[in-house]
Amino acid sequence: MALTAADVGRLAELARISLTPEELAHLAPQLEVILESVAQVAQVATADVPPTSHALPLTNVFRDDVVAESLPVDAVLAAAPAAQDDRFRVPRILGEGA
Amino acid sequence: MNPLLTLTASELAGMLDAGEVSAREVAQVHLDRIAEVDGDVQAFLALDPERALATADRIDDQRGNGEEVGPLAGIPLAVKDIFTYTGLPTTAGSRILEGWHPPYNATITQRLLDAGLVILGKTNLDEFAMGSSTENSGYTTTHNPWDLTRIPGGSGGGSAAALAAFEAPLAIGTDTGGSIRQPASVTGTVGVKPTYGATSRYGVVAMASSLDTPGPCARTVLDAALLHQVIAGWDPRDSTSINAPVPDVVGAARRAEVKGLRIGVVKEFGGEGYQPGVERRFQEALGVLEGLGAEIVEVSCPHFDYALATYYLIMPAEVSSNLARFDAMRYGLRVGDDGTRSAEEVMNLTRGQGFGEEVKRRIILGTYALSSGYYDAYYGSAQKVRTLILRDFEAAFERVDVLVSPSTPTTAFPIGERVDDPLAMYKADLCTIPSNLAGNAAASFPCGLSPDDGLPVGFQVMAPPLADDRVYLVGAALEAELGRRWGGLLLDQLAAKEALA
Repeated sequence: MALTAADVGRLAELARISLTPEELAHLAPQLEVILESVAQVAQVATADVPPTSHALPLTNVFRDDVVAESLPVDAVLAAAPAAQDDRFRVPRILGEGA
Repeated sequence: MNPLLTLTASELAGMLDAGEVSAREVAQVHLDRIAEVDGDVQAFLALDPERALATADRIDDQRGNGEEVGPLAGIPLAVKDIFTYTGLPTTAGSRILEGWHPPYNATITQRLLDAGLVILGKTNLDEFAMGSSTENSGYTTTHNPWDLTRIPGGSGGGSAAALAAFEAPLAIGTDTGGSIRQPASVTGTVGVKPTYGATSRYGVVAMASSLDTPGPCARTVLDAALLHQVIAGWDPRDSTSINAPVPDVVGAARRAEVKGLRIGVVKEFGGEGYQPGVERRFQEALGVLEGLGAEIVEVSCPHFDYALATYYLIMPAEVSSNLARFDAMRYGLRVGDDGTRSAEEVMNLTRGQGFGEEVKRRIILGTYALSSGYYDAYYGSAQKVRTLILRDFEAAFERVDVLVSPSTPTTAFPIGERVDDPLAMYKADLCTIPSNLAGNAAASFPCGLSPDDGLPVGFQVMAPPLADDRVYLVGAALEAELGRRWGGLLLDQLAAKEALA
């Protein structure tokens, strides 16, 4: 399969990463080589094999529903790119026409 | 070199207990060493001399007052910059987290502090632990102390180089596909990936959550075991943490006995692509273990041939999801927030600028593998092959007690050699990946210098889940016997070289 720079651009858009045209041109052939190589998993992944998402058996973990101390607001907001009135300040979320 | 620098952590601990040296002196000697050599080695991203010395003073006071302190209290240590530690930035090697001060400590950081270890600073790594050379770090490339033109391995190249450069006797790493074991292999140090879930991931910046495993790095097997004992054990803050007793790794490291142990050599890990000098030292180490009474048999694990491909689907899939948290809203870098752009535009610009090339590659790869139309062929198939690899391990461990292989197919390669060839870079983790996919314990131990280039070779030991003590048993037996032949540790040869220069 041939992976074009446009394909990589669409994937980058889904992944919320803005890439320059140079990056797209550089990444496309590299990703294609990697994808060709990893496609070999299909050779042995027959229908009768169950999938594994986690190597060791997992069970749900519960804890008692008791109030515990949270991180201090000041310490958390100190690491924020922008904060206002004890909250994270973020750029507008809706478009102009919304 | 100050003679304190080449001592092991357990030797230093003995001297501290006997009052022959103070923790302050030990810490200061290591800080001085870092000041002297780290300009060349570049193992550290951040240093913390004031708190290190204050901790050392506190431990000295406690010992002076006859208070009970832990077995590693007062020993200096380097922490991979992917564990949160308040008071210092945690960058994970990424520009997107430049200057980020975490508001809490990782469980492992807290256990180190509670045990009285003296944290000297944070070590360099490939960005978000993605790489085998530290060349993907957003800050600097670490150099291999055996040959400064070579890579120190990765992602935990900073921690491994700090040990090999005698900047710290102990270090902490994380291993998602080999990031503790491969750096250990190429620097002549010891690195252990415990059983998945045996060490807490709480406060570790996540890469691939079903694979990430913190673990100890050291210059000797016993030192690694002592550190393992401090950091391992159930953590209610990590939902995948195993609530089971920690195996007696320290006892195993002291016992160092392989008589009657059945050792399986993985048939698939050798031949084409393996450096002849690596294979030679590996075979010699097998001979050593056989001479000590171990039974050596060949074992075939046919699906290990598909482990690299499986890993490069499962890991990027988890990466693409985990790294969605870097959205420029709550912490880290924010680019282009000028009042005209939407949150989504700011997010795109921030991630475009803040992530390095390898991280972008893996996120896009994961996005592709998870996208509708490709999911079954890629991610779905990889999950099935993960089952087949688990079954290979289960079948093998019915016949043998441990499996062994070279830790990585080559010795340290030159800096720059593989940066534009991702597949070649990925192959450095060929032998280490299966144990991440299956979650079992595994480790790398020094087994000599390759005759073709004089660089360290690593011997990998893999044991069943929760049988972490077995890797220490084999590693310690190998270390003891090779030490008798070499007249010390492999790293002593590097120290001797420096003394001559």
